Amino acid sequence: MNMKLNWTIAVIMLWICVALASVFFNHHADAIDLDHILSTPNLQALLGNDDLGRDVLARLMVGAQTALTVALLVSIITLSFGTAVGLIAGYFGGWVDRLLMQITDVFLAFPGILLAIAFAAVLGPGLNNLLLALCLTSWVGYARLTRAQALALRHRQHVLAAQALGASVPRIMFKHMLPLLLAPLVVEATYSIAGLVIAEASLSFLGLGIQAPHASWGGMLRDGVRYLLIAPHYVLAVGVSLMSLVLAVNVLGDQLRDAWDVKRNNADR
Amino acid sequence: MIKRLLGVIPVVFGVLLLTFLLVHLVPGDPVDVMLGESATQADRTELRADLGLDRPLVIQFATYLNKLAHGDFGRSIHTQTPIANLLAERLPATASLAITALLIALCLGLPLGIVAALKQHQWPDKLATLLSLTLSAMPHFWLGPLLMLVFALWLGWLPVSGMDGVASMVLPALTLGFGLAAILTRMTRASLLEVLHEDFVRTARAKGLPERMVILHHALRAALLPVVTVIGLQLGSLLAGAVITETVFGWDGVGRLLVESIEKRDYPVTQACVLVIALIYVLVNLLTDFLYARLDPRVRFTV
Repeated sequence: MNMKLNWTIAVIMLWICVALASVFFNHHADAIDLDHILSTPNLQALLGNDDLGRDVLARLMVGAQTALTVALLVSIITLSFGTAVGLIAGYFGGWVDRLLMQITDVFLAFPGILLAIAFAAVLGPGLNNLLLALCLTSWVGYARLTRAQALALRHRQHVLAAQALGASVPRIMFKHMLPLLLAPLVVEATYSIAGLVIAEASLSFLGLGIQAPHASWGGMLRDGVRYLLIAPHYVLAVGVSLMSLVLAVNVLGDQLRDAWDVKRNNADR
Repeated sequence: MIKRLLGVIPVVFGVLLLTFLLVHLVPGDPVDVMLGESATQADRTELRADLGLDRPLVIQFATYLNKLAHGDFGRSIHTQTPIANLLAERLPATASLAITALLIALCLGLPLGIVAALKQHQWPDKLATLLSLTLSAMPHFWLGPLLMLVFALWLGWLPVSGMDGVASMVLPALTLGFGLAAILTRMTRASLLEVLHEDFVRTARAKGLPERMVILHHALRAALLPVVTVIGLQLGSLLAGAVITETVFGWDGVGRLLVESIEKRDYPVTQACVLVIALIYVLVNLLTDFLYARLDPRVRFTV
């Protein structure tokens, strides 16, 4: 168990360091070199050059920064919002609960990334709209998870005792219920980060997310597929990077889930 | 059963409302965005009147619903073709791709999951887990090009993209199917492991049934029930995944229609594609629930 934990955390830490280090390569990543268009890996560019002769490794590093920034920002925002919605629905019950859950049902009626694609399409491309589209669609899972747990917690004796002592509703929610929800929420957030890395890349792949010349893994894959025949190293480098990060985060999620004995509701995936 | 059926109505209404509001989320004037800078004032006024954007929101929504009820999805701004025709043209391609992908996923995922559960902690289990973890970390826009690279460009066995015959369907269907196979493997394994500890399995063993009968007749029947629900839910992600897979392989289905319409800013088509995919998903989930009730003697919807 500990061995595996080290492996996943090592990969994730590596990508975080790469993302931080990429700040120093920002300029280099956009430098066009028309003499080295689609060159295979060489000493100047360890992973070769792209269709404008830019250094794939440098762009890959900036892409890691983009992916992690988007994933972390969106998960922090949606985790807070979704948990708040879930707590309110689960604590108050009744029509509040029915209304909020009806809304989540509508959001869940759009499979996978479809709604984010739709939002990004009408909002237009760019980082801000990408963040907005992902935030609008990713809070639902947290809301459902929190609500289900809060429903059960509401009748626990320590919550009833707090109520009897006259604790305020926010105090009960945040001091008496939220701490017991942390384990499942962190597990959910871990999986969600992996999902968001994929979602960001998907939208950028479709041309709806990060715009050129800024580097993102999805945009790089989009360019790479165009030159698959003559420069397979381009797609392979980006694909393997994305896969290693997503795989490590997912496995970390599994490990946390097993370690904390969290039972997940598969219906929400 | 009727209760479940009634529960769908507000969801469908919400889906209609949300897709209707999509066009109103466009920053600025949607007509300007759709027609571009060079359009004449007359064109703008005409399109605005055509889409009903000059009328109050409630009336617009009522007209939208009324038209949909008559099977009228509006017209494409780009080609003036009725959108219903476009959808009818593209849906069969997506349906055949999704169903083939589902079959591939079932043929791979179920046996792998069963073997993994029966040989828990041994090498087949470890291999299946490794495989499913890796596959679920490979989004369609990476798995697709990878398969293309290996089977179409290096080995030359299959066409790179396009839609000529069965051979061209293999790679997109595998791309879509592998991801689902990974999920099914994990679900089947977990579900079967849980069931193997149940009393009825112990009873079946205790009365001296051969192990094969115990697994096939008693354990599997119960273990596959939750998998049915997952298949229903995942068929939706197949449809969403088709958007990307169809784009990668140039497969002319609804997903590609959606992406093309976004690129051309043909919002009525975008709207219609999103709506149709969501409605199919809702319908499939409803059918899955009924199927589940049929299969599981313990579940009965109250009438």
